[in-house]
Parts: sequence; C-alpha cells; structure tokens
Amino acid sequence: MTANRRPSSPDARGVLAREVRDSVVIRFAGDSGDGMQLTGTQFTMEAALAGSDIATFPDYPAEIRAPAGTTYGVSAFQIHFGGDIATAGDEPDVLVALNPAALKVNHQDVRIGGLVVVDTGAFIQRNLSKAGFDSNPLDDDTLAPYQTLKLDISKRTAQAVEQYGLSAKEAQRCRNMWTLGVMLWMFGKDLQATIDWLEKKFAKLPKIAHANIAALNAGYAFGETAEMPSDVVGYTVAKSDVAPGVYRTVTGTDSTAWGLVAGAKAAGLDRIMLGTYPITPASPLLHVMANLKEFGVITFQAEDEIAAICAAIGASYAGALGVTSSSGPGIALKTEALGLAVATELPLIVVNSQRAGPSTGMPTKTEQSDLFQAVYGRNGDTPMPVIAVATPVDGFEVAIEAVRLATKYMTPVMLLIDGYLANAAEPWRLPDPDDVPSFPIAFRTDPEGFQPFGRDPDSLARPWAVPGTPGLAHRIGGLERDSESGHISYDPENHRRMTEVRAAKLDRIAHDIPVQDFQWGEDRGDVVLVGWGSTYGPIFQAAKHLTEQGHKVSHLHLRYLNPLPPNLGALLARFEHVLVPEMNVGQLVTMLRSTYLIDAKGLNKVTGQPFRVREIEEAVRARTGGKQ
Amino acid sequence: MIDTKRPLPQFSPKDFASDQDVRWCPGCGDYAILKGVQRALADIGRSPDETVFVSGIGCAARFPYYVSTYGFHTIHGRAPTFATGIKLANPDLDVWVITGDGDGLSIGGNHMLHVLRRNVDLQIMLFNNEIYGLTKGQYSPTSKRGTRSPSTPQGSLELPVTPAAFALGAGGRFVARSVDTMQAHLVEVLKRAHAHRGASFVEIYQNCLVFNDGAHAAFTAKSVAHDTQLLLEHGKPLLFGKNRDRGLRLKCGTLEFEVVRLGEDGVDEDEILVHDETNRSLASMLAHLAPPDFPVALGVLFCDPTTSYEQAVHQQAAEAGMTFVRDADLAALLRGGRTWTVT
Repeated sequence: MTANRRPSSPDARGVLAREVRDSVVIRFAGDSGDGMQLTGTQFTMEAALAGSDIATFPDYPAEIRAPAGTTYGVSAFQIHFGGDIATAGDEPDVLVALNPAALKVNHQDVRIGGLVVVDTGAFIQRNLSKAGFDSNPLDDDTLAPYQTLKLDISKRTAQAVEQYGLSAKEAQRCRNMWTLGVMLWMFGKDLQATIDWLEKKFAKLPKIAHANIAALNAGYAFGETAEMPSDVVGYTVAKSDVAPGVYRTVTGTDSTAWGLVAGAKAAGLDRIMLGTYPITPASPLLHVMANLKEFGVITFQAEDEIAAICAAIGASYAGALGVTSSSGPGIALKTEALGLAVATELPLIVVNSQRAGPSTGMPTKTEQSDLFQAVYGRNGDTPMPVIAVATPVDGFEVAIEAVRLATKYMTPVMLLIDGYLANAAEPWRLPDPDDVPSFPIAFRTDPEGFQPFGRDPDSLARPWAVPGTPGLAHRIGGLERDSESGHISYDPENHRRMTEVRAAKLDRIAHDIPVQDFQWGEDRGDVVLVGWGSTYGPIFQAAKHLTEQGHKVSHLHLRYLNPLPPNLGALLARFEHVLVPEMNVGQLVTMLRSTYLIDAKGLNKVTGQPFRVREIEEAVRARTGGKQ
Repeated sequence: MIDTKRPLPQFSPKDFASDQDVRWCPGCGDYAILKGVQRALADIGRSPDETVFVSGIGCAARFPYYVSTYGFHTIHGRAPTFATGIKLANPDLDVWVITGDGDGLSIGGNHMLHVLRRNVDLQIMLFNNEIYGLTKGQYSPTSKRGTRSPSTPQGSLELPVTPAAFALGAGGRFVARSVDTMQAHLVEVLKRAHAHRGASFVEIYQNCLVFNDGAHAAFTAKSVAHDTQLLLEHGKPLLFGKNRDRGLRLKCGTLEFEVVRLGEDGVDEDEILVHDETNRSLASMLAHLAPPDFPVALGVLFCDPTTSYEQAVHQQAAEAGMTFVRDADLAALLRGGRTWTVT
C-alpha cells in the first residue's frame, strides 16, 4: 500500500472505519485445484468495475494438478489495483494462503507489516508435512513480521453450503468463493458481477451455482457483520483517474487476437487462418481465435509445430492472412519454414509467447530470452521484422502493426509477447473502431507485365498473386529464384542481388515506423533505461520514482526490435549510462552494443519472475553512485 | 444452369507444360509421370489458373516447375501441410501434392498420416523409386531389406514400409497404385483420384535409372507383367495372367489369399474373389501382395468417400455465422464481454 491516509469516517452502516489507500497488492495462493486463478480473475473484474486501475500477474505451475498440498502444486494470482497502476506490484500487501504449501512458497514476498490471511482448517498435520513445515507456522514466529487473519475458511464454507447437499469434496471447492467474498468486503467491492458469472458458468449445474453464490455471500457477510478481529479493518482504495470511455479488462492474448482481426480487416482481407499446435503459454491464443469464426477466422490445430506454420504459409499463399503461434521450443521447430516464408516473400504473422528456456525450460514462467532466436535464428541471411508487445493492452496495436508490415512488405513478421503478458490483465479503454488505421492491400490481377518477383519501388514488396487469378499462374519455392521471373536461378550475381534486396526491405521498414520517443523523462540525462516487452511497467515506474527522487533518468521502450528505429542511436548517445533491464542474460544489450558501438550495460533477471520496480531503482542508484 | 452455348474450355496436355527445361536425368521415370499428369489434367479440364501443384524436396519435388499451373516447391516432407493451408484458405482450388518415398514417408511421414486421416481434398502422388535420388543414392524407407547404398555398404537392415498399406492404415479414403511406364493406366488412375472428393493417395512405382535401376522390374518388366500384375476393377473378379486364367480366392479356414488357376482342380470363376473398392479389409490384403508368390495389385485399391476436411471446416464456420474479416464488426468484437463506462 503506497500511502496511508487517515481513516475515513465510519461508513453508512456505521460498522467499521475504512482506511484509505492509493493502491493495494493482493496475492491469492492455494493448491492448483483450489481455483486461485478464477478467484483472482473475478476479484480483478470487480475491482475494474469499481473504477480501479489494475494489473495482474497469474503465476501457476506447469503441472495441471500436481499432488495436492505440495509446494510445487501452488498456484497464485496477484492483482495490483488502485489509482495509477503500472505493474502487478513488487510486494503483496495481502496474502491469502489456502493451505500450508501456499504460505510456505509465498509468505517471504509479503511486505513487512502486511496482512496474511490463512485457512486454519487446512493447517492439519498431513498438509504441514507435505509443505515441509516442521512445526505449525501459525503457532511459531514464522508470521511474526505480518498481521495475520486466521479463519477456519474450510469449516465456514462447509456451513455456508450445508443446505445444498454437496459432497464434502464439492463443498470444499467453494472455499475460494467464500474467500473471495471476504476480500471483496475488505476492499469495498461489489459481488454482483461474480454472482452473474457463477450463474452463467454453472447454468447447467444449479446446485453448484447456488452453493458457490452462498459461499461468496457468506464470506462477504462475515466481514460485514463485524465478526472480524478488531485490528482488521476494511479499506477504501483510490479509484483510477482515467479518461472517460467504455472499458473492459483484457489480457495480452485477447488484445493480440483482436488486433490480428483488426489488422486483417484494415488490410481488406477475407480470411485469417491460424495454424497452430498446443503449447504453454501460447495455447490461449488458439482458444480465443477458435471462437472468432464469425469475424472471418479459421483455426487449424495441426499435427505439429511445423505443420502449423506451413499450413499458415499455404493459406497466405492462397490469399488469406496466415498466422501461427507458439513458444520458444515450437518456434525452433518452425525455423526452416520461416526461411521459406522469407525466401518466397509471403506475409505471415508468427506470435511467440516466450517462456523460460532452454529446451522445455519452465513452461509457465516468463522470460524474454527468445530475442536472438527471433532476430537471428535462421539458416542463411534471412532477415525478418520483429516487434514486441509491452503491456496487455498493447497487443492490439502491435498485432495491427504486424499485419501492416507483413502485407505491405510481403514478409513474415515475428510478434513477441511472453507468458506474463499473455495471461496478465489490465483495463482497456476501447478504441473507436473508426480510429483503427486502414491499409488496404491489392492482390495482383493484371497479367500485363506480371513478374512474380517484380517489386514495388518503394516497399520492395513483390506482388501478392493468388492462385485462382486468371493469367498469373507461376511457380515459387525455396530454391534461389531469379530476381524478376522467379525461375530457379543459381546465378552468382542474382543471389547477391536477392540477398541484398531481402536486407533492403528491412531498411525500408526502418523508415516506415514511428521515430523512437521517450516513455518517461528528458531527452538527455544521466541514465536511460532501455527496455522491450513486458518489462515496460516496472521500468516506467522505476524511472518515475527515481525522477521524483531527483535522478536524471529516462525510459525508452522499444516496440521495433528488427529493424531498430533509425533515431535510436542518437538518443542513446545523449546519456552517460545506458542500462538495459531484460529477463534474459543480455540479448537486447548485445544488439545495442553491436549496432551502436556503445557501452550499454545489462540488468538481467532470469528467475522466471517479472522485475520488481525496486530492483531497477537499486540498479540505477548503483550506477549513479546514489548521486541526485 | 449450365450455359450450353458457351463452349467449355478445351485443354490439351501441352497447355499444362511450363516454359522451363525439364532437368531430370535422361531416362528417369518422372518424365513419363509428367506426361501422364499433363494428359490427365487436359482430360479433367480445370484451368491451369485454378490448379496448384505443391511439392516438398527431392527429385519428384521439382515437378511443379514443369507444369504451367500455380506451383509451390516447399520444404522437405511438408507439402501436405502447405496444401492443407491452401485448401482451407480457398477450397475451390484444385490442389495436387507431389512427393516421394523419402519426402512423403520418412521426413514427412507424420504429415502423410494426418493429411490422410483428416481427409483434405487433395490428390497426393507419391513417386516410389525406393531410393534417395537427389542426395545421390542412399536407401529410403521403401528400400528392400539388404539394399546396398552409399550409407549401407553392407546392405540396409530395415524392413520397408508399404506405402499403400500405410495410407490405408492412416484412414485414407482413396488409395490407388500405378506405374510410370503404364501411361494409359496411370492417366485413368489420376482421373479417378481427382474425381474423389477427399484425400486421394496414389502410389506410382517409378524407376530411378541412375541409383536404383530395375527396382520394380519384378513386376514392371514386359516379360513378366502379365503374370505379376493384378489390374483391379471394381465389381470384377481378381483375375490375372496372359489368359486371365489365374485368380485370387480366400484360403479355406484362414484370412489369406491363395492363387488358383481356373479349370484346374475344378476351380471355376465363382470361387474367385470380386474386387470391392469400398472394402477396407480387402484393400489392406491387396496392398501387401508381392511377387514371387503373388501379383502386385494395381489400380484403385480403395475408394470410400466421406465429407472432406476443408468442406467440414467451412460448413462449421458458416453455421457459426462466418463473414469475411474485411466486413468484421470490430465494435461487436471488442465489446463482446463485460464492459463498463467511465464518464
């Protein structure tokens, strides 16, 4: 909680004073079968509906149902809500732990003096041993640094749902809703959206719906009727001072999917064909797009990653927008086909939801370590545009831009997001559909003077000549081809010419993208923080705090990673220190050093967790020797 | 209604020849196959502009450069996947896949399995020469055990895959066979494959003069053809031999064929099995027949059409109210969940 103010006057019910806070970070943690992701998502919805700005961080294990009660089966969902929110928060102010393992994994992260809510009913000997506690942490000094709220949530939930005749197991699965009820009371939120959602979700199981709603209401009532210990109070959290408009919450997956539709519409295409293969954390994009048939989207769950991209390329060849999506290991399998898309100069969007590597790595943990793979990872001199999403909302614009570049320049485009962004949510002021740019493409139809590899003099794009078009039948392929006719050619000069034109396309793109601007700070100073992708929130917040503390710190965040914005080198040269926070061991920093021959330094985090604001602030202070 | 006054476009095989010099080795069986395909395309009568040839990598995969249709020479083993994407984007196109024994059954074996089981409406021609030609003669997944090659100087150790049996096992709904040198037979088989809506798998025994000459001679040589080829016709008895006096019947008490001679030991034609293209079990047994004990079954082994994949995809999409993306209602898309208004 970033600021304390004096408690407000007793509320209308006169029950309890509510403390006022600028923002609060809550982490819900439990077993992976305890429904923590749903609980967090619903709390997010209620907070957003109540006018808070929000950022979320779902953190779940790779195992679907790891053995119950173990530390590796702990699933968590963190939400930061309040006034001006840029990150999911460094430290939870409130931790809700539904079993000992959840407490074990998460309690060290809680802010000193923060609140820890536990279900005492779950702290039985068997669960304590599974979590590796020698003694009960509720009885020793484990939780001494925190306020604690010990509630027998298991028992109270069972009482609340007693009348519905559920099995003991079914009744316990309502614990998350009882807990959500308490938290919604504590932060003065409404219940209605959650009740509506439960009714819809369990429409075919009315008994389950009623029991969950009863548990939710009981949790809320528990807080409202002041059964709480006297030192636990309710809070009023600041509302966000946001622009008027229609809002919704959105994850990076949603915004990217919708951006692809908006982009294909802007290009005037008939169809999007997403060819993909299930992989964590990229699969949600397939799930979202499988439900967009009415908007012209066809999805194809292929037999493997290679088939997925090849089908997408085939669809582009036939005049649709081919899209494929995956995560690092799957992108590796697509590499050969990416080369073919570059060689045959066909539009294609490749979405990479990055996760921690190498190899299978940590499928559900986030990382930014596929930048080299995206920019350089192909055989031959095979340049390809690479752009990155910075926030959950940003996916919409970035996906539209990916479609623009792919169709205008006849090239595959790699769109980088990561496991964090794909799942994290924030509120989004919906754009006016009329404000979405329009960039209609023209398929080649005129046989007069048609050359399959003739080029537009500005974009250097070859014509998109779709099978079925009268008079344009031609052959393309992966063998080097004549720079006009497309016929197979091993001519040395022709290969030089084709290699150069493939590179020149990226130069043209470099001059067709916005000039790089600062996200925060002056255009010269002591330190410039350069980031890309999901580090946006913590870098921005750190730059802001440091500036408030008198440091001369600016923030540059790159959407375009290949090609880099042409003015970037000049901007970097105006700072004494160039610091590049990345969730890898230094990939962008290496690119910046080699491109601009500057002494950029990396700030690297490879724990599978997003940066904390504090970590970046400390790194900057270390560079500047604490000088202000 | 068909406009009878407007003449249908008429094509000749040379309308399907591209302007490129064909660069296969002199004497390669691929020349004969190219000729047969161009004849079949002319007879079928679809315009070159509505026809796409897709190939992977290998000698056979150069095929698209030599026909005047749209063509896509892709990457090793993946031709069926590109073809699937093309059909999903535009089901009206007539799409042919050209592959070989290495391309289609080794590196691309997985895709072959899935394109057949999905039943995408494609004609898939697998040129089987039992050798890797373009990489200079290594044994392939269809090479007979003991094949001596640069990579197996003491002879190959692996048991070969039988392409037609693989296709049937994968759930293929149309499986046929022909031979590069049997021009008239090949043209008819290709036309049957084209007429079948769904994935049509055609194995073509093809001779590689340079690295595996005579691989199929045991049943393709003129001197033995009559006695070693069983030319299948739906509804006709399984007879072969110069005088069509030998046939297949089921051995009493087992699920096995035996070769019998009409008139010998009182055998008459009623005892000979009749070919039924819709019988998958019969097709599987026929697929495995091989000299010296049995003839090789050529022609349509199996044909049992059902809804093709891209047809089903578009039908389901239409039922879900599919529009063109360019007509998509973005406001409906973006506001399709819970929203709130800040004033």
